[in-house]
Amino acid sequence: MNASSTPSPAVDLRPGATPRELRCEGAWLLRSAAQTERRIEACLKKLPQPLETEMLIDAHEVSALDTSGAWLLHRLRRTLESGNRTVTFVGLRPEFEALLNMVAARTVGAVSEPTAMPGLLARLGCQAWNALQGMFGLLSFLGVSALALARSVLQPRRVRWRSIFYNLQTAGVQALPITGLLTFLLGIVIAYQGAEQLRRVGANIYIADLVGISMLRELAPLITAIIVAGRSGSAYAAQIGTMKVTEEVDALRTIGIAPLDLLVLPKVLALVIALPLLTVYADIMGVLGGMVMARTQLDVGYITFVDRLEEAVSLTTFMIGIGKAPVFAVIIALVGCYQGFQVDGSAESVGRRTTTSVVQSIFLVILVDALFSIAFSWLKL
Amino acid sequence: MSSAANNSADDIIEIRNLNTRFGSAVVHRNVDLSVHRGEIFALVGGSGCGKSTMLREIIMLQQPVSGSIRVFGQEVIGLTDEQALPLRRHWGMMFERGALFSSLTVTENVAMVIREHTDLGEALANEIAALKIALTGLPPDAGSKYPSELSGGMRKRAALARALALDPELLFLDEPTAGLDPLSACGIDELVRQLRDALGLTIMMVTHDLDLLWRAADRVAVLGEARILGSGTMQELAQSEHPLIREYFYGPRGRGAREQAWNRK
Repeated sequence: MNASSTPSPAVDLRPGATPRELRCEGAWLLRSAAQTERRIEACLKKLPQPLETEMLIDAHEVSALDTSGAWLLHRLRRTLESGNRTVTFVGLRPEFEALLNMVAARTVGAVSEPTAMPGLLARLGCQAWNALQGMFGLLSFLGVSALALARSVLQPRRVRWRSIFYNLQTAGVQALPITGLLTFLLGIVIAYQGAEQLRRVGANIYIADLVGISMLRELAPLITAIIVAGRSGSAYAAQIGTMKVTEEVDALRTIGIAPLDLLVLPKVLALVIALPLLTVYADIMGVLGGMVMARTQLDVGYITFVDRLEEAVSLTTFMIGIGKAPVFAVIIALVGCYQGFQVDGSAESVGRRTTTSVVQSIFLVILVDALFSIAFSWLKL
Repeated sequence: MSSAANNSADDIIEIRNLNTRFGSAVVHRNVDLSVHRGEIFALVGGSGCGKSTMLREIIMLQQPVSGSIRVFGQEVIGLTDEQALPLRRHWGMMFERGALFSSLTVTENVAMVIREHTDLGEALANEIAALKIALTGLPPDAGSKYPSELSGGMRKRAALARALALDPELLFLDEPTAGLDPLSACGIDELVRQLRDALGLTIMMVTHDLDLLWRAADRVAVLGEARILGSGTMQELAQSEHPLIREYFYGPRGRGAREQAWNRK
């Protein structure tokens, strides 16, 4: 290892015997390039001004040279040559000369300046425009997907059942444990908070109303949607995004399979089936959590609780909760897939789009939930 | 690093009794191989014969079952990452598909390596990066582009620029011309020779490209049946009687490349 085992003599550059001479010596290598650069600057300051019109660089003592060193020598020559001076290298070893010539021949123009950071107003405008474009893009994606769905309905043979079942398994069945656990805990928390208040007014039995209505109508659908957005929405974005980076999406198109048919519709359909079912399961687990708490905190037995639940919770309440789930499912699946398709070829953008998909789908789910509440209160449901 | 250098001063890479297995499949059986200082060495062989595996073992991305691999006289098998760092600074690797960092521009890809291992300021690191990019024959505006915006050939050159970032003494090229049009591939052979002549590099490459072998390689080893079937200059290998080597060099494409090489002489 010739360059590392022998300690290389220090780089030096200094004015020579006459004003038109410069002496350079040592190993001009990448390792010491920072030091070399400082040397050059210092030396240029020391040179007698104004410079002679014919400069000589004595390079007899240069012991090693790599491309970085050659670049610095070349740059030195260019600096000296400005103002119609001529610069000649003397005594450079032939192999170094060849390297220097190669570097000079491939000379690089000025390194392009990184573009300046735009002002606050420009950035604000850019972001607003991007947000608007994103919304528009999502809406057109919804439209295209709806068209693809319509085509599938007209030609049922195009529906990819295998893919739907696979997605049902991963987004539905495998989400059961986490959904059940979280909604059970949520039922406990709500019953516990309610118990304090109800005991004070002696209205213990209304715990069934409290848990039943809040869980079935609002909380179970919402928490299930949020869990699924985090689990499956992100997975959709990452999967499609990676497929885009590796050109698999283009390959599908080339083979004559519409990516929408294979990648998006099965996910949307599977989630539209899975999310309402998960919500029913979440309803049951949430109410169970409430029942456990009602019995330990308020002495409301299981039978009494269930009897009261029947009176308190109408079929409408249950259906409102379940009815929201397919809408949430469409939002989650479409946002996940849409963000996946927005990936632009870098690994980083896969990560960014995955994050965006989760944030955006949870935001939209809560927004739509609020709109549902307003609509239902108008309809007096 | 100089302890073992005396017995084989001119062997940059020295492989002895290398054995590699994937499950029950034997990839290398007692392979011996050496690469001399300053030569362009090519490893050839059919697909899946373990060329790239050997390359990955040399640069410590994979561990063989047994054997010895010495690079710059130092045994690389069983080194920790920390011990390997000084070695890794002295070689550059160009991956088959580029393996450029997709979230960085080409200049940033090259400058990152320089800044990681030296104390250069940003401006100088960028200038040197731009020089490496120019050395590989890319146009100056390629530096500010992201890898996904480049064509396959340009990506390859950018990958070469990154491999050259630290002015390595040893350069590994995995399929340097695969996926390039003949003109770009021709540019790569010239580039490889030029770099070797100007920088005194030792180059080890894995390739299928017979044109590249005839034009650039000083010495070639043919890997097959889990061992080295033959090695030497292209002229020597062309005389070989081994059926697999003959098939390799005298297949329809091999003959074309050889005739071309003859006509040039």
